[in-house]
Amino acid sequence: MSIILDKVNYIYGQGTAYETYALKDINLEIKDGQFIGVIGHTGSGKSTLIQHLNGLLRATSGTIYYNGEDIYTEGYSMRALRSKVGLVFQYPEHQLFETTILDDVCFGPMNQGLDKNAAQLRAFEALHSVGIPEELFDQSPFDLSGGQKRRVAIAGVLAMKPEVLILDEPTAGLDPKGRDEILDQVAELHAKQHITVILVSHSMEDVAKYVERIIVMNQGSVMYDDTPKNVFRYYKELEQVGLAAPQVTYLMHELQEKGFPVSCDATTVEEAKQEILSVMRS
Amino acid sequence: MLRDITIGQYYPTGSVIHRMDPRVKLFGTLVFLISVFAYKGIVGFAIVTLFLAALISISKVPFRYMIKGLRAIMILMLITALFNLFLTPGEVLIQVWKLKITKEGVMSAIRMAIRLTYLILGTSLMTLTTTPNQLTDGLEKALKPLAKIHVPVHEISMMMSIALRFIPILIEETDKIMKAQMARGASFDEGNIIKKAKSLIPLLVPLFVSAFRRANDLAMAMEARCYCGGDGRTKMKPLRYQSLDYQAYAVLILYLALLLALRVVL
Repeated sequence: MSIILDKVNYIYGQGTAYETYALKDINLEIKDGQFIGVIGHTGSGKSTLIQHLNGLLRATSGTIYYNGEDIYTEGYSMRALRSKVGLVFQYPEHQLFETTILDDVCFGPMNQGLDKNAAQLRAFEALHSVGIPEELFDQSPFDLSGGQKRRVAIAGVLAMKPEVLILDEPTAGLDPKGRDEILDQVAELHAKQHITVILVSHSMEDVAKYVERIIVMNQGSVMYDDTPKNVFRYYKELEQVGLAAPQVTYLMHELQEKGFPVSCDATTVEEAKQEILSVMRS
Repeated sequence: MLRDITIGQYYPTGSVIHRMDPRVKLFGTLVFLISVFAYKGIVGFAIVTLFLAALISISKVPFRYMIKGLRAIMILMLITALFNLFLTPGEVLIQVWKLKITKEGVMSAIRMAIRLTYLILGTSLMTLTTTPNQLTDGLEKALKPLAKIHVPVHEISMMMSIALRFIPILIEETDKIMKAQMARGASFDEGNIIKKAKSLIPLLVPLFVSAFRRANDLAMAMEARCYCGGDGRTKMKPLRYQSLDYQAYAVLILYLALLLALRVVL
């Protein structure tokens, strides 16, 4: 069970003055249960890529297979695909529209054909999993704080019980506490319910902390596709395309240059701490 | 689909028309609109068509790009043409049940379709070659005399430019919200008309909310820069006519005179 992209190309505004290649020859396999980070600077094709995974954008050429089935074959239900591949857009709070939080979260499950009760059950579950207290369920989503709104919007996608959850910069514009809460909750979902998570992010620290595999996008193509440790070894190349490695990676490199025998593989503060401590003890 | 709406968008090519004073272009659009309704006979039609074709080719805006803007008004055009086709009295060509197609109806349907097409092409040529800022500047300066009789000229032109600027923003926003709701399993083209109307709620509510939010942000940003209307406000680049603009005026007046003369002669 996986998503496979085979030679996917996407051209924006084909045949006009603004014709640009947004995706160039993308070959990827996304296996079940992985926690994947997608990084790349603005305009590198990250958002275009993830919109292909649930069929919102149709590739100009190439094929996408979901669980072995070509999603572009005639009669393939895009609606069914979208309920399996949940996509949370950037600033998802802008899509809230219902009069109460509970109704808004029910929108997805109801579209899947569930009845009111089953949908509400799903909504309860999803709202709990993102940490929205029950006394808020009957309030208007427009009265919430920014971070809460975003969590309600994420719950709106979670309530559809997707097998793959894609989050496009879920922490943009949030304070550190809100950011950690959302990412911790996503990590918990990944651990408990074994759903595949694809996290698009600009924060190298977040990516290093949570994901097991990083896909680096640059000018519409995949530049690197490896574990965080291996990807962040190329920190100089990453800088050239407008990205960076986590700050601790730089620290470790500097320590090494100053003559401390530390390894430079640490990508999170915790790993760096362990590494420095073990060097100091020996 | 929504990206096809080109009304109110700017297409930079740096052509002669792009460099003209916006007042000339406003006046030119007015002249062209008059000419579209005032021309008579096949000769007049040929002159209007030639004039429009010449302008489009001088502007260097790709014709295909301009045509895209027409798709949005296709339905309006079709309805107008159908009404003209069936409801114009005259010499009957074909009769099916109670519906009559008359010779005059066919003629006026064609005329109406052509006029609407030219109207849209002419006005979109102006917005495609003029930035919203230039347009407001031009409008404000052209209408300045009206300020003496307490017409809020500056405010009107400011409102107009903001409205124009918001068109592409809101189109983009609609596209985004549509996609977000489709990701939640919504569909906008299924079921009967009531179902379709209902399916628009998840689109329209966030769209209105975001329009108000944007308007609020914009108002804040304007106030933060001490905006308080047009009184005592000077321009960094005041509009001044160049020789190019006088030539353009001459061409426009010649064009209008020619058409009106034709109308009298024929």
